[in-house]
Formats: sequence, structure tokens, C-alpha cells
Amino acid sequence: MLKLPIYLDNNATTPMDPRVLETMIPYFTQHFGNAASRNHPFGWEAEEAVDYAREQVAKLIGADPKEIIFTSGATEGDNLGIKGVYEMYASKGNHIITATTEHKAVLDTCKHIEKLGGEVTYLEVKENGLIDLAELEAAIKPTTILVSIMYANNEIGVVQPIREIATIAKKHGVLFFTDATQAVGKIPVDVNKDGIDLMTFTGHKMYGPKGIGALYVRRKNPRVKVTAQMDGGGHERGMRSGTLNVPGIVGFGKACELCRLEMDEDAKRISVLRDKLETELMKLEEAYINGTPEHRLPHVTNISFKHVEGEGLLMGFNKNIALSSGSACTSASLEPSYVLKALGLGDDLAHSSLRFGLSRFTTEEEVDYTIKAISETVLKLRDMSPLWEMYKEGIDLNSIEWAHH
Amino acid sequence: MAYSEKVIDHYSNPKNVGTLDKASKNVGTGLVGAPECGDVMRLQIEVDDATGVIKDAKFKTFGCGSAIASSSLATEWLKGKTVDQAIAIDNMDIVEELNLPPVKIHCSVLAEDAIKAAINDYRVKNGLEQLVFEEKGVH
Repeated sequence: MLKLPIYLDNNATTPMDPRVLETMIPYFTQHFGNAASRNHPFGWEAEEAVDYAREQVAKLIGADPKEIIFTSGATEGDNLGIKGVYEMYASKGNHIITATTEHKAVLDTCKHIEKLGGEVTYLEVKENGLIDLAELEAAIKPTTILVSIMYANNEIGVVQPIREIATIAKKHGVLFFTDATQAVGKIPVDVNKDGIDLMTFTGHKMYGPKGIGALYVRRKNPRVKVTAQMDGGGHERGMRSGTLNVPGIVGFGKACELCRLEMDEDAKRISVLRDKLETELMKLEEAYINGTPEHRLPHVTNISFKHVEGEGLLMGFNKNIALSSGSACTSASLEPSYVLKALGLGDDLAHSSLRFGLSRFTTEEEVDYTIKAISETVLKLRDMSPLWEMYKEGIDLNSIEWAHH
Repeated sequence: MAYSEKVIDHYSNPKNVGTLDKASKNVGTGLVGAPECGDVMRLQIEVDDATGVIKDAKFKTFGCGSAIASSSLATEWLKGKTVDQAIAIDNMDIVEELNLPPVKIHCSVLAEDAIKAAINDYRVKNGLEQLVFEEKGVH
């Protein structure tokens, strides 16, 4: 039985797995202790639960539990990881290298650092969404302390060459931080095999609760430290103060465990559905996949339908299908997605894009419904589009002098 | 963002989608906006020579739901009006009728611009001079 509305915006957030919720519930009312209360059973229980979850989280990414710093989520992890390194390693240098397609939490953190006197290099990406490794290496200077490149992109799902990036960073004695929010739990991530020094990720993108995430901070080869960004009781080895969110941590741990056990099968099944969705939608004329399909998360696709506008397109079915568009058509921001523009897409294609994020819970029926609804809407809007009519008449749209407003 | 009932209605059942013969002397065509900005409107009017009344109006729009609704509504309003009456259509009338939120006012401005561009195209074709309109400057 198809149940509407269909949720295909799993890059924004995933539904929580009921098995995760189940493990969390006792930690609200029954085992409600403060994990830092060292002298009574309520505290001990909470601490034990946190320790167990820390192991579950560490195991998913091949880390040591001591290397896991719990945070409120990926944004906090980005801030703590980048600002924390910037402050801690100030005596070594002030230069950070990142890329233009990073999440705003990284880009805005870098802008903040520039205001503080730091220097940031923003690498462009190639048409396929990947950074150029030679460019990365060339950008490293004696003052470079950190390379911050995301594992997988939130809009187009492309997976960066993480191991190669790590090798280059290591060769030059530079720390490597990665925002792995979209990747952890979806594809195998191993901090040792991958050569990652710091990594942020979060519960709610992997069927866990919102408001809980982790920053991985390497303890050996090299031993990495970050300056705390919040003052207080010195929790999490002094790197992140604040009473631990025990139910959240328990849920996050469970979510990590489920992903570790089920990731391979999930990915196999979901990628079949994603491929079906993509293949069918690509049968429409003038449809384009954004970002390289060769290095991509198994559950993501981003497609532009030329000559229809993304927001108008969404309106055709957004009562029944939850998706997001790279187009923001408001007077405050007529700018389409900066990620798509960074790939070199013209504004027209960037305005015409839809982002699909499937999940563990996506069914084939939902995919079939989506294919039909989107295909129909694209055709309907093209019948209504002056650009489509001109294209069909063979008029070169670039030859027209548009009145830019 | 939630759309108003009227926007949804025009989006779902747009009135007067289509194309008039732009080579015809009686047809005025206005093409406004730009693909880079995420909206392009083409609005056409067909004027009765004898009476100066707009007999038919058609549109095609690339844009969001509010842009489609604004142009659909504009064609409805144009039909049956004289060219002089049509000049008086104000974007704020469209905003009011469709309950457009502030971030979508530019859609109504675009529709007004399209009406004026179509009227001017018609005037030039018929040996009249172009009217000069004041810039709205909202978009």
C-alpha cells in the first residue's frame, strides 16, 4: 500500500529507525542520570550507556572509543574541528584549505577564521564535482595547518578521493579534517584506512536522533588536539563541555550499530532503486545528472530538467513527494545552488534541478509513483515554458538579450 | 512556503497557455525576465483593430508557481479590456488577488512588465510610438 506523502529528502534528515527509538526510551524517564555523576547508581548507569554507545559509534568508523567527542551535531563538529585546530595550532600557521562546494557550516566557519586573521584557500571543483588533487597539493604552504574537504556532498552526493587527499596532507605534515555527515553510515568509512585526522558526522542523517553527533579526533599518529569552543565542566576530554545528551547518545550508538550491520545490504537495495529512478527520469529529453555518477553515494541523485524551473516543478507534486530543489526563487535570494554553480552549470540548469535522497525505508512503489509524477509535471511545465518552445524551434537562448532584473 | 489557494488553482489549471502568431500585426508580444533569474514570461495579446479591445491573450512562463499564476491571471484580466485599460493594470492588483507574499512580489512585477512589453510591441507594429513606463524597481 502506497502511503502519501513520500519522503525523498533524506539528505536533509532521515526518519529515525524504530529500533533506535526503542533503545532510547528508558533513558528519558528511567535511567535519567547525569553521566558525570560519579557517586550514585543513576550516574553509573548513564555513564555505562554512554561508554557503550561510544564504542558503537567508534566501531562504525574504525576508531578508538576515546577518539569520539560527542557534539550536538555536524554543524558543531565543523565549528569545533576547524576553529579548534586553528586555535590549537596557531603557532604552526594560519592557513586552511577547503573547497567551494563544502557545506555552509564549513564555509562560514572558514569565513569567520578569515575575519580573525586566518588565511583560507577555497579550491574550485571540476565539472564532475571532485577537487583536483594537483591543485590541492599546490595550494599547501609552509603555513598550512589544515585541509578540510567533505567526504560526500550533500546536494549531489559525489564522494571525494578521501584517501588521496589524506596522503597529500600527511606528506606535507598538514592535518586532514572531513565533514562526513552524508557518508558515515551510508558507505564504508574507516578513519585509519582513509587517513583521516578529524571527522564530523551526525545521528539524524543515519536514522538516529537529531541533536547528537560526533567529532572524531585522532589520538595517535599524530595525536591531534582541538581547543574547546565552549567553556564549562571539561566533559569529553576537555574538548566539549556540557552535560551529555544520554538518550541521544544511546540512540546515536544504536543507529551506528545498525548502519554497520546493515549498510552493505541497504546500499545494494537502495542503489537499485536510485538507478531505476535515475534511468527512468533520464528518459525525459534534456535531463542532466549533476555530479559524477562514478563516485557517488548509493542513495543520491541530482538531476536538472532543462527549461523548467525547480521551484515551479516541485509545486507540481510537493503535496505528495518531499524533495528539494537547487533553485531558490525568492527576491531575497535569486541565486541558485552554489554547489551546482561550482560545477560550472549555467544558471538555467542550476535553477532546474531536483535533489533526490533515498533511504532504508524507500520502497519500489514510492519510486514508481515518483517517476510518474515528476515525468508528468516536467512535460506539463515544458508545454507552458517559453524557453522550451524556443528550444524546440531551434532558437539559441544565449542569442537573446534578456532583461536582467 | 505555503502557496495561496488562488496560486495553486492557477498553477494547476492555468488559463490561456499558448502561443499567438507573433508575426501578425494585431498581436503584441512581451518577453521579460531571464533564465538566470529563474523566471521568463512571454505574454501575448491579440487586439481587435476596429475597437482596440484585446480579443485574446496567451502566455507561457518559465518560473515558480507564483510566476505562473501571475501570468495566468494577467491573461484573464487582459481579455475584453481595451489596450488603454490594460495599461492601467498594476502589479499590486495581482499581489492582492493572488495573496502573494513579499518574496514573490517580483513575480507580479514581471507580469506587469510583460503586459507593457506586449502593448509596446503592438504599438510599434502599428506605427505608434512606444510608451515609456516608470521603473518599478522591486525586483
